[in-house]
Amino acid sequence: MNNEKINKYSYWKANLKIVSILLSIWFISSFGAGIIFSDFLDKIKIGGFELGFWFAQQGSIIIFVLLIVIYCFLMNRLDKKFEASED
Amino acid sequence: MDVQLLTYIIVGAAFALYIAIALWSRASSTGEFYVAGGGVHPIANGMATAADWMSAASFISMAGIISFMGKDGSVYLMGWTGGYVLLALLLAPYLRKFGKFTVPDFIGDRYYSNIARLVAVICLIFISFTYIAGQMRGVGIVFSRFLEVDINTGVIIGMAIVFIYAVLGGMKGITYTQVAQYCVLIFAYMVPAIFISILMTGNPIPQLGFGSKLLTEDIYLLDKLNLVLNDIGFNSYTDFNKSKIDIFCITAALMIGTAGLPHVIVRFFTVPRVKDARTSAGWALLFIAILYLTAPAVSSFARLNFINTVDNTAYTDTPNWFKNWEDIGLISWTDKNKDGIIQYRSGNALEKNKPQFTSERGQYNQRLVLNNPSSNANEIYIDRDIMVLANPEIAKLPNWVIALVAAGALAAALSTAAGLLLVISSAVSHDLMKKTLKPSITEKQELFLARISAATAIIIAGIFGIYPPAFVAQVVAFAFGLAAASIFPAIVMGIFSKRMNQYGAIFGMLSGLIFTATYIIFFKFISPEYNTSEYWLLGISPEGIGVVGMIINFFVAIFICSITKPPPVEVYEIVDNIRMPEGDK
Repeated sequence: MNNEKINKYSYWKANLKIVSILLSIWFISSFGAGIIFSDFLDKIKIGGFELGFWFAQQGSIIIFVLLIVIYCFLMNRLDKKFEASED
Repeated sequence: MDVQLLTYIIVGAAFALYIAIALWSRASSTGEFYVAGGGVHPIANGMATAADWMSAASFISMAGIISFMGKDGSVYLMGWTGGYVLLALLLAPYLRKFGKFTVPDFIGDRYYSNIARLVAVICLIFISFTYIAGQMRGVGIVFSRFLEVDINTGVIIGMAIVFIYAVLGGMKGITYTQVAQYCVLIFAYMVPAIFISILMTGNPIPQLGFGSKLLTEDIYLLDKLNLVLNDIGFNSYTDFNKSKIDIFCITAALMIGTAGLPHVIVRFFTVPRVKDARTSAGWALLFIAILYLTAPAVSSFARLNFINTVDNTAYTDTPNWFKNWEDIGLISWTDKNKDGIIQYRSGNALEKNKPQFTSERGQYNQRLVLNNPSSNANEIYIDRDIMVLANPEIAKLPNWVIALVAAGALAAALSTAAGLLLVISSAVSHDLMKKTLKPSITEKQELFLARISAATAIIIAGIFGIYPPAFVAQVVAFAFGLAAASIFPAIVMGIFSKRMNQYGAIFGMLSGLIFTATYIIFFKFISPEYNTSEYWLLGISPEGIGVVGMIINFFVAIFICSITKPPPVEVYEIVDNIRMPEGDK
C-alpha cells in the first residue's frame, strides 16, 4: 500500500470510530432513557418533571443537537489532521 | 380590529413577502433549479431545512396529538428530531461530496443501474405524494377556519402561491422563501406559547414553564394534569399506554424515515462544501429543536386549559371558539344525560367516532349528529388537529396572536409542500427524462420540463387536498415507514459497503417497500377492523412497521449481494471518493 492509501484507510477508520461512539450515545439517550428505562427513571423527579418523561419529551432532543455539534467539531479536527479539508 | 380582518392583513403581508422573494431569486439554470446552484450559506440552509421539514403536521397537528396521547406522543418528538443525527453522521456529508442533483442520481450512479434509479424514483414519488397530501389538507383547514373561505378554495389559493415560487424560482426561490417562512412560523409558534406559559405558570420560557408550578395552586403543572385526567377517567399524562415495542418501533421508523426523506436529503446538496453539509445539519436541528422543545409544553398547557374550559360547562356558556370549530365540524357535543352541561370523559363519544352532522340544531342550538351515542359518559368529540389553532382562543389571547398563528400554519404547510414539489419535479425531469428516457434533451429543455412537472405535481397535490385520504399526521406517518424501508438502507449501504452491488440494492429496496406498503394498506385500508395489537406482527402497529421493512431490506440486499458478482472497479472509486471530503467532486 502506498502512503495515500494508508492515509485514506486510517481517515475512514477514525471516522467510523467517531460515528459509532456518537450513535451509541444517540441510542442510549433516546431509546434507552426515553423508552426502555423510562419508567424506571420516572421515579426520579427534577422540578416538575419525572426524569424518564423529560428524556422522552425534551432531554433526548437537546442531546441530539449537542451530538451534531460535537460531530462537526471532531470531524473538522480529523480533516485538519489528515489534511483532507477542502480549503 | 376583528380577528378576520387582522388575519387577512397578516397572511396577505406574508404572502406578498414570499412572492417578492421568489421574483428576486428566479432560477436560470438546471443547477439553480435543482440545488440552488450549490451556493447556499449553511445557516440559511439550516433555516430552510427546518421550514422544509416542519410541516403542517409539526405545526398544526403534533402538539394536539401529544396533548391527547401524553407520554406516548414522545414518539413524534424523538422520532422527528433523532433522524437528523443519522442524517448528519451517515448521509449528508457523503452525499454532498458526491455532488449531483437528486437522490435517485446517487442510487443510479452508485449502483451503476438505471433500474436502481427507477426504483428510487418510484419510492420517491410514492413518499412525496403521500406526504404532500397532508400539507394541502392543512392549508385547507387554516383557510376555512380563519379566512372563512371554503376548504377547496383555500387549497386552490395555496396551490397558486406555491405555483408562483416553486415553478419560477425552483430550489433557489424555495430556499430563500423557506428562510422567511421559518421566521414566520417560529415566531407564530413561540408567541402564543410564551403568553400561555406566563398565564399559567408565570414562567416566560414555555420549555421550562412545562415543568413549573401553576400560578393558581401550589402544584406542578404536570402533576395537576395527571390528577385532573385521572379524575375524569383518563390514564396519567406522564405514563406510556402503548406497548414498549410499539413505541420503540414507531420512534425508530420516524427517525430513520426522516433520514430517508428525499426532500430533506436534497437540501444538503445545496451547500458549497462537505464541511458545510455537516454544520448545516446542526443548524437545521437547532432551529427545529426550538419548536420541538416547545411543542410538548404547548400540549400540556392546551390539554389542561381545554378541560378547565369545557368540562362541566353549560353548552350555552361555552366561548365562541367552541362554536366556531363546531360549525366547521371539528368539534361535536352530544348531550347524553340531557342536562345541557358538557361532560368530557375518556372514550369515544360517538359510535364510529367521527361525527356525521345533520342540518338540524338541538334545543341549545348545538349541531346534531346522525351517529348513535356510545355507551360511555363522554359527550365531546374533538379533532386533535385543532388544538394548536384553537389554543390562543382557548387561552383568550389577543386577536393579533390568533391571526399570527394562522400565518404560521400556512408558512409551515406551504414551505413543506414546495420542497416536496421540487423533488417530485426533479425526479421526473432529471432522473426520468434526462437520465433515463431522453438523454439528448438540452439543459433549456430540461429546465422547461422541470417547470412543467412542478406545475403538474401542484395540481395533483391540490386534488389530494380537496379529497383528503385521512387526517394530516396519519398520512404523513406512512411516508416515513416507506422512506425507512426503501431509500435509507440503499443510501447507507452505498456509502458504508463497497461490496454492495446493484442486484442487492434493487431487491432490497423492492422487498422493503412492498412489505411495508402491503402491511400498511392491509391494516389501514383493506381490513381496518383487524387493526388492533392482537393481529399485528410482533405487536408492531402500521406506523412502526417501516423498521421491520428496513431490516428486511438490509437482509435481502446482503444475501442477494453475496451470491452475485461484485460491482465494477469504477464504483469502488466512487465510494472511495465520497468518503474523503477533499478532492474532485
